[in-house]
Amino acid sequence: MIIGSIKDGIVIDHIPAGRAMELYKYLNLEHADCEVAIIKNAQSKKLGRKDVLKINEILDINYELLGYIAPDITVNIIRDGQKAQKLHPGLPETITDMIKCKNPRCITTTEQELPQIFKLTDKENGVYRCLYCDTIASR
Amino acid sequence: MKDLIDISELTTSEIDQLIETSCDIMQNPAKYSEKCRGKKLATLFFEPSTRTRLSFEAAMYELGGAVLGFSAADSSSAAKGESVSDTVKTVSCYADIIAMRHPKEGAPRAAAMAASVPIINAGDGGHNHPTQTLADLCTIKKEKGRLDALTIGCCGDLKFGRTVHSLVEAMSRYENIRFIMISPEELRLPEFVKSNIAHHASHEIEETEDLQQVLPELDVLYMTRVQKERFFNEADYIRLKDSYILTPAKLTNAKADLAIMHPLPRVNEISVAVDNDPRACYFKQVLNGKFMRMALIMKLLEVE
Repeated sequence: MIIGSIKDGIVIDHIPAGRAMELYKYLNLEHADCEVAIIKNAQSKKLGRKDVLKINEILDINYELLGYIAPDITVNIIRDGQKAQKLHPGLPETITDMIKCKNPRCITTTEQELPQIFKLTDKENGVYRCLYCDTIASR
Repeated sequence: MKDLIDISELTTSEIDQLIETSCDIMQNPAKYSEKCRGKKLATLFFEPSTRTRLSFEAAMYELGGAVLGFSAADSSSAAKGESVSDTVKTVSCYADIIAMRHPKEGAPRAAAMAASVPIINAGDGGHNHPTQTLADLCTIKKEKGRLDALTIGCCGDLKFGRTVHSLVEAMSRYENIRFIMISPEELRLPEFVKSNIAHHASHEIEETEDLQQVLPELDVLYMTRVQKERFFNEADYIRLKDSYILTPAKLTNAKADLAIMHPLPRVNEISVAVDNDPRACYFKQVLNGKFMRMALIMKLLEVE
């Protein structure tokens, strides 16, 4: 599949090599009805090797999640076969209900209806901490 | 500011203002005796704590307010499986402000997200205890006359002791603080606390296992209890609990104006004989804590 073959869709580019499946899983793409292509270990001038995800439909993407998993990725929105929009999600300030706090003493372990919220506390190193107990998020 | 969950949520000027108000309350208690007339404080203590709960209750009574609440989880709806969020939504209908202690870390944050009235964190497991820190800051200011240019020794359980974590974080916002962390290797200050102060250029942090050696350098000695409830196994607790005990003999080389502090309750880490030493400040801390809580309740209730 090449970009030109997508009429309306999304190309998630510059995914660190080997992490496309992680993104695929987090984005729930296994439940999507549209065509999805996973390109692994593609040549990249910027990264050496990269993964690419091509989705043949403009889905409602959670950019917060994308930024958390791979802050350097590029998201290209394709409309009528043309690149309509290019996005760099970056690190989100907060992430909600994507990962769980691993601290056994955290209130979220006993009250599981609470939203799992993590906040960015160290932008330079991409460190997130649990909003409730301050435990560092582990991927 | 609606709630106080973590000391880092207070600006330095807010802390200074609270200290100033608490000093004024101490000197002019009658001026404040009706400030919270008609207001109610709910003390929701899901974990026992005589000292902190009574301090909050005394603070509210001295402001002319009333108090309701519970002092253990088994006497609340938590025993029936009610969530913290539901409990505080309910209590918000009865009280104007809530002071909460809970064994789970982050429970007061969850409460603050659900409650319609201010929440004060009165201790959440080994995580935060901001009103203790305010009492500590107030005591240091009163005893030393300043909150900058100090050498502060923290001794004992620095790994699990939340009061030390909060104190270090709060003091690190003032200039020229030298921290000396005195503990056995197993109970050293966690990296995440150290990393919070590492970027302050005017601070130093040292670690040692030898209390007596560093005592002469200290302006403030903050002793802590090795807390049994923070250990996963009793063998580790028994092995480490007597690591550091302060006695009059050890204090002979300490500064004449050293301030000896302790969040209390103590077990045996400060010998009772030290109580008569004029440098012992730990019971003054208790009193300062009450005045500080009065100042905080007024601030959160926006009482002038």
